[in-house]
Amino acid sequence: MDFFSAYILVALCILLFSVVYALYAVYAERKVSAFIQDRYGPMETGKFGLLQTVADIAKLLQKENITPAAADKVLFIAAPLVIFVSVFMGFAAMPFAPEVIGSAANIGVFYIIAILAVEVVGILMAGWGSGNKYALLGSMRSVAQIVSYEIPAGVAIVSVLMICQTLNLQEISFQQGILSTETIKFLGFWDVSDTGGLLAWNIFRAPHLVVAFLIYFIASLAECNRAPFDIPEAESELVAGFHVEYGGIRFGLIFLAEYAMMLLVSMLASILCLGGWNTPLPNIGGLELATWTTGNIWGVFWLIFKSFGLVAVQMWVRWTLPRLRVDQLMSFCWKVLIPAAFLCMFVSGIWRLLVMN
Amino acid sequence: MSVKNPIWNSLVTAWKGLKVTLDHVFHSGKKRKPQGVAEDNYFKQQEGLVTIQYPREKIPVPETGRYQLHVEIDDCIVCDLCAKICPVDCIDIEAVKAVEDMGVTSDGTRKRLHAALFDIDMAKCMYCGLCTTVCPTECIIMTDTYDKSVSDMHELNYKFSEMTPEEVADKKRLLEESRKPKPDSAS
Repeated sequence: MDFFSAYILVALCILLFSVVYALYAVYAERKVSAFIQDRYGPMETGKFGLLQTVADIAKLLQKENITPAAADKVLFIAAPLVIFVSVFMGFAAMPFAPEVIGSAANIGVFYIIAILAVEVVGILMAGWGSGNKYALLGSMRSVAQIVSYEIPAGVAIVSVLMICQTLNLQEISFQQGILSTETIKFLGFWDVSDTGGLLAWNIFRAPHLVVAFLIYFIASLAECNRAPFDIPEAESELVAGFHVEYGGIRFGLIFLAEYAMMLLVSMLASILCLGGWNTPLPNIGGLELATWTTGNIWGVFWLIFKSFGLVAVQMWVRWTLPRLRVDQLMSFCWKVLIPAAFLCMFVSGIWRLLVMN
Repeated sequence: MSVKNPIWNSLVTAWKGLKVTLDHVFHSGKKRKPQGVAEDNYFKQQEGLVTIQYPREKIPVPETGRYQLHVEIDDCIVCDLCAKICPVDCIDIEAVKAVEDMGVTSDGTRKRLHAALFDIDMAKCMYCGLCTTVCPTECIIMTDTYDKSVSDMHELNYKFSEMTPEEVADKKRLLEESRKPKPDSAS
């Protein structure tokens, strides 16, 4: 029973959560894009179109799984599974609340960066295995982009880790709220260990982490293949990019993985910089808002609230900014983000040595 | 604004764009009302959702709208002018000469022909309105009805003649009889 509850039930819960989330994230994306463009979005299936994505996935489930004659069958069939599993495994190390975490590994951050890199392999498998030039072009672009943007993302994460001095995501979360065992200083001078709230978040413990957060957020857009970095799926050039040959539930899995990936990187960003499951409300004298709103259920609520907020910003950005060209994409990464990320890392070192001691 | 610092410039311009879309999201609570073009604020509804959810909401059209054709068959003198001017030949008329007195139309024109057939195929019609201009009695007009979706295309062939096949046969027989030479005058 212990084995069952620990390994299967938890995994099923996370799977169910990410599937339901992905369905309604697609719905939300369509609504957000509609409102930005002064439209209604889906309105016919269910009240306000709420069942639209459920109907879509029901359609995808019924479709025949077609494998193109020119495809490399093994790679083609395995690719959606690799993509989905690698994203889904990332949730294992996410601390949802003080006592709710799949695996409180000491190398949590490292594990997540590594497991997200496996997705690149899946995308390359999908593009190569399809036997289609557009799919191959899309996957090559995607790989070039994700591998490039992992550097600024990684360096931005490192600058957070230098402040936190741990790779354990749960410990990073504990450091940013009233449950912390060490003293937290707001901007390095004001002790807010008992005040908590948003004053104890990493971006306020060390203000240069705002820049690190922005760098990570921009890089995470590129890692999710989201606009304005969606050249791997550029509809006008590549039809649909690496997943052009996929239909039915295989396409469904890739689509699901894309939205789960958005949530995963948003969760990571909010854990590293925005306090994770810690409440944004501080204790103000007798008004102990932080103490009242800290706990396991509150923790899950706050983390999901913050990461959904970031997902909403991702959607907002997608429907506003036009797609970058390949050369712009690369020069932005290598000439702007990476130097800025290294600068952040440098300031983190100075801050840790001079201010936090 | 100086373009000396491209990074700062790109941040500022990206924010400008994001603000535009955010404004649209905040105004999405409002919606355009389905008002006709005659209303005073027709062109002033600049904010909010513009979609009209068509079958449930309709923008009213002017009463004088020029959409589907209608024939007031009692006023028709079956002159065939509309069928002749129609550029797409969508009007199909068959006339039977009357032997009896048919009376006058509402504008006083004497009627001499029965409309045995008066079909307008709205699937062919191009809504040019030429038929309405040539009609001497103004019996063929355009109406403000524009939505006539049908499941069978033949339903778009509107039949305006009110005569039954029996009546048509009867009128034809009467016409034939009147043309026959009188037996007594021939002898």
